[in-house]
Amino acid sequence: MTDNNLKIISANLDFYYNDFKALHNVDLKFTKQQVTALIGPSGCGKSTYLRCLNRMNDLIPGTRVDGEILMDGQDIYDPSVDVVLLRRRIGMVFQKPNPFPKTIFENIAYGMRVNGIKDKAFIESHVEKSLNQAALWEEVKDRLYESALGLSGGQQQRLCIARALAVEPEVLLMDEPCSALDPIATQKIEELIQGLKKEYTIIIVTHSMQQAARVSDVTAFFYMGKLIEVGDTDTIFTKPKLRQTEDYITGRFG
Amino acid sequence: MAEKAQTTEKMMHIFFFCIASASITILFLIMIFLFKEGLPIFKTVSVKAFIFGEYWYPTSDPADFGIFPLIVASLTVTVFSALISIPLGVMTAVYLAEIASQKVGEIVKPVVELLAALPSVVIGFFGMVLVAPFLQRIFDIPTGLNLFNASLMLAFMAVPTICSISEDAIHSVPVALKEASMALGATHFETIIKVIVPASISGICTAIILGMSRAVGETMVVLMVAGGAAMVPESVFDPVRPMPASIAAEMGEAPIGSDHYYALFATGIVLFIFTLVFNIVADYIANKYRQVGEASL
Repeated sequence: MTDNNLKIISANLDFYYNDFKALHNVDLKFTKQQVTALIGPSGCGKSTYLRCLNRMNDLIPGTRVDGEILMDGQDIYDPSVDVVLLRRRIGMVFQKPNPFPKTIFENIAYGMRVNGIKDKAFIESHVEKSLNQAALWEEVKDRLYESALGLSGGQQQRLCIARALAVEPEVLLMDEPCSALDPIATQKIEELIQGLKKEYTIIIVTHSMQQAARVSDVTAFFYMGKLIEVGDTDTIFTKPKLRQTEDYITGRFG
Repeated sequence: MAEKAQTTEKMMHIFFFCIASASITILFLIMIFLFKEGLPIFKTVSVKAFIFGEYWYPTSDPADFGIFPLIVASLTVTVFSALISIPLGVMTAVYLAEIASQKVGEIVKPVVELLAALPSVVIGFFGMVLVAPFLQRIFDIPTGLNLFNASLMLAFMAVPTICSISEDAIHSVPVALKEASMALGATHFETIIKVIVPASISGICTAIILGMSRAVGETMVVLMVAGGAAMVPESVFDPVRPMPASIAAEMGEAPIGSDHYYALFATGIVLFIFTLVFNIVADYIANKYRQVGEASL
């Protein structure tokens, strides 16, 4: 594996909520066209870490980052970086489906509109393309101008994925995208992730071991704000190096 | 024991029913009284002449009962005060909820709410003694007691309510929506304009209704600073006589049972319909944009 395949590298990353140190010295690399799963018990810092990657934590007052995160070799916390542009390159899907109280069409078009795209035909074709990518087009093509809030939870979450894809990001962050969904909706999202990894670098936080095992190529185990172990998903789930990882995976704690 | 509890329960039901019906009945009786005392004027003047008549000379002989200037005065004062107070109130709310630091918000919001406690006569007094001479000097106009001054004072009365309730509405927009927008590469400003304000529009409408309804029927301020001339204004600096001011000023000197007396009640009916329509329209708008709730599963 050459460095060219690395999309994001975090080095010595510390994170603070006021005086509380939530992340300790996290070194982690993410490879292009791979799915990386971040697992660990609640409060272990995996979501916090994910939100560092698109600087979403900037929105919370009193937070601070030490260390560096490089995307394509550039430090995303460098003062010269435009956060707005950065977030356009790194899409995010949240834990709970959070469609805007707008129509389905407007939900998808929103990202393009705030990116300054005004060409109507372009927006329309991309709305269709994104909905297709998120395997939602067939279900909603006849009701594009109805409120997105009328969709089921699973559909809403796929809408949120389509919304993130519509701005054509390079990286897709997913923060427990299936935690509010039933098994059938979960399965659809997982299939989707498998399809999307051909084009995107995907990083997914999940509480479900099975999900991590099913969808990811690499798994990173977090505990108490530290990265404990990272490796190929198969290795992590069959013969982890550390006892702590094994205990968590086999359900002895967490 | 169980029987006693049930009897108490029943008594409570009846007690609350009586209280509730009393309030509603009294309001209803007031309405009937208003119509009973107001409608007789239409024996003397036609509805059309009353509403569209341009002259209000209730004590002349023969008297003129045209309240068109009064209606126009009420409408313009309301519209102008809305034009001033809605942007001020809503933008202040956006600032407090989204832009100001938590510390600033914690200090400023109670202060704004305190302003809502100012009695209208104090605001009227302020308009009369301070704003009127100021306007007169700055714009070189014959009187500072005019449409503009009244609109300004009414706007001051509405701003605290609009601001405070809008702020609550904006504040209660789920963080998830804000984050979704920011994560798509929207700037904070775009997020406010395109997501946060639309998502809280129902609450903002409620705020505007409550704020403006304080201004629509407001009597003391318009009585003190509107200037009191019953004529259709030609500029914002013309003195006007809105309906509530007219009723309050003249009711004391109108003999009971006279045409003037009936005309004032009829003005009350028009004012009542005016506020009723205002409330219905505002309610309709607030309902139309009501958010169904956060992403429901």
